[in-house]
Amino acid sequence: MAQLSYLSPSSVDEAVKALSGTSTRALSGGTDLLVQVRSGRAKPDQIVDLKRIPGLIGIRVENGGFIIGSATCGAMLSEHPTLSRIWPGVVEAANLIGSTQIQGRASLAGNLCNASPAADSVPAMIAARATCVIAGPAGTREAAVETIVTGPGKTSLTAGEFIIAFKLPPRGSKASDAYLRMIPRTEMDIAVAGAGVSLSLDADGVCTSAHVALGAVAPTALLVAEAGQALMGSRLEAGALARMEEAVRAACQPISDKRGTADYRTKIAAVLAHRAAVIAWNRAKEQA
Amino acid sequence: MSKQRTAAIVNGDPVEFLSDPGQTLLDVLRDELHLTGSKEGCGSGDCGACSVIMDGRLVCACLVLAAEAEDCRVETIEGLSTGSTLHPLQQKFLDHAALQCGFCTPGVLMASKALLDANPDPTESEARYWLAGNLCRCTGYDKIIKAVLDAAAELRQDRKSA
Amino acid sequence: MNKPVKPEDTSSILKVVGTRPIRPDGVEKVTGRAAYGADLHLPGMLIGKIKRSPHAHAHIISIDTRKALALPGVKAVMTSADMPDLAAEHYEAGESASNLRDLSANVMARGKVLYHGHAIAAVAATSNAIADQALNLIEIVYETLPHVIDVEEAMAEGAPILHEQMVTAGLGETPTKASNIATKHRLDRGDLAAGFAAADVIVETRYSSAAVHQGYIEPHACVASYAADGQTQVWSSSQGHFVIRGLCAKLLKLRFSDVRVIPAEIGGGFGGKTTVYLEPLALVLSQKSGHPVKMVMTREEVFRATGPTSASVVTVKMGAKRDGTITAAQIDLKFQAGAFAGSPVGAAVMTSLACYDVANFEITGWDVVTNSPKVAAYRAPGAPNAALGVECAVDELAEKLGMDPMAIREKNAVRNGVRAPYGPVYKNIGYVETLEAIKSHPHMSIPLGPNQGRGIAAGFWFNIGGESTVNVSINEDGTAIVSTGSPDIGGSRASMAMMAAEVLGIGVDQVRPIVADTASIGFSTVTGGSRTTFATGMAVVQAAEKLVTDLKRRAAETWGVEIDQVVWQDGAAHCLKAEKAPKGALTLAALAGSAGKTGGPIATVVALNAQGAGPGFGVHVCDVEVDPETGHVTVLRYTAAQDVGKAIHPAYVEGQIQGGVAQGIGWALNEEYVFSTGGIMENAGFLDYRVPVASDLPMIDAIMVEVPNPAHPYGAKGVGEVPIVPPLAALAIAVRQATGVRMHDLPLSPSKIRAAIDANAR
Repeated sequence: MAQLSYLSPSSVDEAVKALSGTSTRALSGGTDLLVQVRSGRAKPDQIVDLKRIPGLIGIRVENGGFIIGSATCGAMLSEHPTLSRIWPGVVEAANLIGSTQIQGRASLAGNLCNASPAADSVPAMIAARATCVIAGPAGTREAAVETIVTGPGKTSLTAGEFIIAFKLPPRGSKASDAYLRMIPRTEMDIAVAGAGVSLSLDADGVCTSAHVALGAVAPTALLVAEAGQALMGSRLEAGALARMEEAVRAACQPISDKRGTADYRTKIAAVLAHRAAVIAWNRAKEQA
Repeated sequence: MSKQRTAAIVNGDPVEFLSDPGQTLLDVLRDELHLTGSKEGCGSGDCGACSVIMDGRLVCACLVLAAEAEDCRVETIEGLSTGSTLHPLQQKFLDHAALQCGFCTPGVLMASKALLDANPDPTESEARYWLAGNLCRCTGYDKIIKAVLDAAAELRQDRKSA
Repeated sequence: MNKPVKPEDTSSILKVVGTRPIRPDGVEKVTGRAAYGADLHLPGMLIGKIKRSPHAHAHIISIDTRKALALPGVKAVMTSADMPDLAAEHYEAGESASNLRDLSANVMARGKVLYHGHAIAAVAATSNAIADQALNLIEIVYETLPHVIDVEEAMAEGAPILHEQMVTAGLGETPTKASNIATKHRLDRGDLAAGFAAADVIVETRYSSAAVHQGYIEPHACVASYAADGQTQVWSSSQGHFVIRGLCAKLLKLRFSDVRVIPAEIGGGFGGKTTVYLEPLALVLSQKSGHPVKMVMTREEVFRATGPTSASVVTVKMGAKRDGTITAAQIDLKFQAGAFAGSPVGAAVMTSLACYDVANFEITGWDVVTNSPKVAAYRAPGAPNAALGVECAVDELAEKLGMDPMAIREKNAVRNGVRAPYGPVYKNIGYVETLEAIKSHPHMSIPLGPNQGRGIAAGFWFNIGGESTVNVSINEDGTAIVSTGSPDIGGSRASMAMMAAEVLGIGVDQVRPIVADTASIGFSTVTGGSRTTFATGMAVVQAAEKLVTDLKRRAAETWGVEIDQVVWQDGAAHCLKAEKAPKGALTLAALAGSAGKTGGPIATVVALNAQGAGPGFGVHVCDVEVDPETGHVTVLRYTAAQDVGKAIHPAYVEGQIQGGVAQGIGWALNEEYVFSTGGIMENAGFLDYRVPVASDLPMIDAIMVEVPNPAHPYGAKGVGEVPIVPPLAALAIAVRQATGVRMHDLPLSPSKIRAAIDANAR
């Protein structure tokens, strides 16, 4: 039986060193990792708890954008005085991950690096054009969120690398976002499909930027550029929304599994993207 | 595999325990500290029967490694009442018959306490969503929600008159 | 709403019954002190774990446990070779009967594994981790076989056969060919052809439901301690510790007196904890190791190896005249039994038409074995599946006739004096009153918005009586102890204490009710079948009444009067000849204090087999809203009326109704066993096996209709099971009203509803 050990480094360098081992797993909230360890799906010989590294928990405003420590739990996102106003879609997506209990633990980095196609926060982060700050043996680098997950359970992070923070870009006026997912219950489920939409509007309500990202309809979360383009220059008129829905359906390449059929996922992704776009547009209109 | 030593505050008292690196906080609470009020219903964070409050946040003790509790304050069902005086939530659960088998009750009570700490005046819907991580198979939740809202009202009254 | 209909209404003179006191075991449960199955720790205790089959169907070629046994810390390893090879023998165990040979092979596979998760070996070790390691060291060679899980596929010609020796019973003549159909059940009356010929309108329809699990939050758990002299103790959370004792003794050929089963608190059962899974294995491991052994299932094991209820297919052909009179019904029920015979299809046959007075019917039931876990009782076993088909068929009939769904039910409702389809003549039933309670409820007049629908359905359960033993003793200070052998799964300690207090004329807080172990009280069958308040309650009342008679005798002796000169009131003996009792009444405390002078301790036992449990009827109305784009169903409001006879503790009666409704909603909307093509359950956890969470449900309005049962001292009828019967159909009908689409297959998952809406639009 593998000898499991637990390490709680107090610096980034120490953590990078620890994570360079062959069978190590980073722990922040643990809500996915500990379930996998218990079921035997993950068999690490070392668990590296990142939460005691200074700066990994917390949210700060820098140059008009937000920097979110990678181990910050979902509940802290919603408790922040301004984050929910500027990035309501990102916060609502993160807050959909599991129960209140899970919200007290689960982190954005964990939700991303668990590399489930159905992770709720990921489409919202991608639509928000968020980036990750990654520490590793070669120092730190930055990468777009959508470049991290390469397939179910797989990431582009190399040995010793881990995410220390997420950056949400500065936001102009008349801009907002939204995230919706479909689950059979009202809570406590994995998304059958999810859609995040982020919009910037001009004074007349015309979209000057639009990003649409989808979850649970492909091996990884998708940024659907054509769907965003369909909304550009529109006030979300029926035609624009229909073109956006068409682009969403065209981008979906889902599987049928215990949580839903491929056909259903494709249909629902378009419904959710449509609804999320309307919510984001209404929110953006109200932003000063 | 060598055991790790952890020091924490459980229900206000300092405790030290040894655990294997794979052991959870729930394992330690139940098997080492003999605080068996926290229950294991699933071991995967899906039922909430092991809900405890750790440094002010509601968590599933089955999804916390024992070693993570180092220097933390952990509140369990065994610490909810004050001496022989029940917490208003406990009393309201009895008054409203908000439990049948009682297995989910410790977790539901800890989750409800965390709710009322964070939101003294929740709506029915807020209470239902907050407690969505606590499965109860006996009651249909009806009387649980009524008890929580009634306890909230009483606590608000207590605060006003205090 | 309480609606007493009994001629002589006793509720005005009742002081305790019908009130809502705090339950006696409540503080223990809200403070975390109540000890459930997994909470016990004994010195030297080992951890027992089970090796389970990775295949849905296979011959066991060999099992090599040597490496596991050699692992340091492993104290015992067992297989079915360590258990007696029993002959087929029928054993009655409360709600469900078992064939002991089958049960033995279910708790530990013998020769063949019949489902994924079937136990095949077990170990006892000094730690969890060592036990896990030992399981991995057990080497098993299998020869895999084709498997079958779907009930109709299992019945088909050429299906893989689970039991080569099994032939279908109930066909008239004994077949020679092996079959997965264990039994054909049949119930009929009248002339079916004539009945259909007389009908103006006929519907023919088919409804199916998936296997669902009871979903109690406490996984099965026990501790067994086998002593060198053969005396054993078992601590276990179950719905009936006497049944645990009986099954352990029978399976392991032990003397009943050597097996003492101590009831732990039970964290939900709903029928699923009326049989054994762990206890016999823990006993064998304890015997082999010489240590106490604790066994606790994981949630995954609970799903893979303990009782779901049957997946079922129900076809209904029903005819009616223009005025709504149902003239004929032909019902066919196919039930999945799991790996061994014994689905609840017999009860489904008997309950399916129990709400309807139909002259001509033919009901057929099929008990079919499949490569899935052996089903266990689940709340009104068989009745919800049958009611889904029948209630939806009645709704289809009403639609075809252009008749109100309430009116067609009233038109055909069973009443007192009507012979029930399953035999007896109904007496003191409250079905019509229950229909009326819903008809006149404000819920019915709430207007519905777009995409909203309302469903009405009825349900029935027999309720049972059965064997119970009760001790009541009066303490030296006049307080009382009530001991029963009935585990308290939802507040029965409270109702027992209340009934004793009512008879003795004392406060309920002066009565301490306990659940006694198998060595401390006489036999009592399981808490199940909605029997405890009725049957054990009857024994409590009789025991308390015996004590009152004894107390009156003691007072009469003290006063030197005849016993007929003494009346018992408000917890004291009063003398009708005042001059004989200058000091006034003799209180219970005074009589208890001087008991030594009047014949010794005041205590009694009543053991009975209660008869006359009144059948229960429920009528539910449910409003839903369906999102036509996602297919998501929101339950907007739910009202459930039920004839409860007399509510002893109304809050816990409401709780039973609300809990049953919630389980029924889960069954209707989202719960199901999903199997892979390899026969492996794919959703063996609470994340993907979706029981309702708090935010899924509205408040559930529970309406108690009280048509007393004269067989019970206070008129009580069983209440626990009826409420799970109507929701499946109520939801399906409400979804139909909301969407215009009839959904024939449960669960009503969003993807199915959206697909049906799309198909309908084409």
